[in-house]
Amino acid sequence: MTTILKTEKLRVEYRSRETRHGVKVALNGLDLEVRAGEVFGFLGPNGAGKTTTMNVLLGFVPPTSGAASLFGIDVRQPIARQRIGYLPELTYYYKFLSAEELLRFYAKIFGIPRAEADRRIDELLKLVELEHARKRPIKSYSKGMQQRAGLAQALINNPDLLVLDEPTSGLDPVGRMKVREIIQRLKNEGKTVFFSSHELGEVETVCDRVAVIHEGELKALGRVDEIRKPHHTNLEQAFLEIIGFQPQVTP
Amino acid sequence: MRNIFAVAGVVIKELYRRKDFYVLFIVTVLICLVMASVNIYHDDKIVRYLKEICLLLVWISSLVIAITTTARQIPAERENRTLLPLLAKPLSRSQLVLGKFLGCWIACGLTLLCFYVFLGALAGSRDHHWPVLDYFQAATLHWFALGIVVALSLLGSLVFAAPSSNSTICFVVVAGILLLGRHLDQVALQLSEPMRGITLAIYYVIPHLEFFDMRDLVIHDWPLIAWKFYGLAILYALAYIGVFLAGACLAFRRKAVN
Repeated sequence: MTTILKTEKLRVEYRSRETRHGVKVALNGLDLEVRAGEVFGFLGPNGAGKTTTMNVLLGFVPPTSGAASLFGIDVRQPIARQRIGYLPELTYYYKFLSAEELLRFYAKIFGIPRAEADRRIDELLKLVELEHARKRPIKSYSKGMQQRAGLAQALINNPDLLVLDEPTSGLDPVGRMKVREIIQRLKNEGKTVFFSSHELGEVETVCDRVAVIHEGELKALGRVDEIRKPHHTNLEQAFLEIIGFQPQVTP
Repeated sequence: MRNIFAVAGVVIKELYRRKDFYVLFIVTVLICLVMASVNIYHDDKIVRYLKEICLLLVWISSLVIAITTTARQIPAERENRTLLPLLAKPLSRSQLVLGKFLGCWIACGLTLLCFYVFLGALAGSRDHHWPVLDYFQAATLHWFALGIVVALSLLGSLVFAAPSSNSTICFVVVAGILLLGRHLDQVALQLSEPMRGITLAIYYVIPHLEFFDMRDLVIHDWPLIAWKFYGLAILYALAYIGVFLAGACLAFRRKAVN
């Protein structure tokens, strides 16, 4: 199977006043490999290094050492981002634009010809169920609608790899279900999806493989059942045991 | 260029969908129309005062639009997190800076076009005189001066943390240059070293925006400035725009996105 995303001994350090040496290690020797066509869940508690990993993969943050590549191209090259779609956590898109205008803007950046962009915009607005609101300014959208507009922008270039940072964060159960259905549909179309989430039930449902990181280090990597099995429990309990969480109160 | 134009298109849409321009334009129009409707002291040359006040309002309004629109561009992208999906696409940071500059500059140009067409129509309806080339020179040089201001504000938005502090500093600097810039060399002569050297250095480093202020040309119907000097003024503006944009691109390259 082709490797789509790869990190090797990835290390990221930030300057910090909180630590004695003035340096905070956000990622420490992270090795990951995501293959074509799989839905890969990236799990970890807050501050574990999930967003930092995504920031390196998207070229926002340079690694201190190690390497990261997308489709075999170093992530520092802008061309590595030609075939990816990215949905950040909680984004407030240009409120003076409509969903249709937003998608047209991003289509222009990818250099998609006008006719193809029109077809793609129609398809995507249908997929994310925003057809009825396509001409309305984004400022009039609910949170769920904004998140679906975000998902549509991530898909405008028909990407081979989708990077989703907590795509269901802040959504109600219906909104979460809709986003999950879209991920499932993309999986059926053979797309590769790399996403971080705190919704472990969702991860259990849609992911082929998962990685658990904690304090910048990889703690577990494998299929969902492989992660769950040694702990004889569900993914949530297994996750808590992997990161070494000790409950203070017994239920 | 495709990416730069795409970014610029969104900036232009933002300007005409926000209220800032309309408010300033309507206020200018109302003040000028009220003034045009009265004939104080029955002076035949009253239209000169009308032009003078109208042009002053146009300069103030255009500077307000240029600085406030530009100063919020990149900070708003960061605050709303739209910078992340934008830079996750095959768009470089320099292209984003250039797109923002082009969008703000074109938006300022469209704003100026509205103001100068209104001013020309109002003054022409009073004195039945249509000096189109005077207006062309005044408006285009004004536009290039705004180009320098837009590039300066864009650089400021990457250096200063808050858009409000950037706007205030830009207003103070631009007003200082317009009011005092041309006198700095004379001030320097009255000072002792090292202040003389410092003041002279400031005089030679600052962009002299007063070169682009052609209000007297329009007000007093002076002859056109020689096209050679007009061209030199444009080259002068382009040089400063280039320096400020290069600074903005460098500052943005070093800035953390998240």
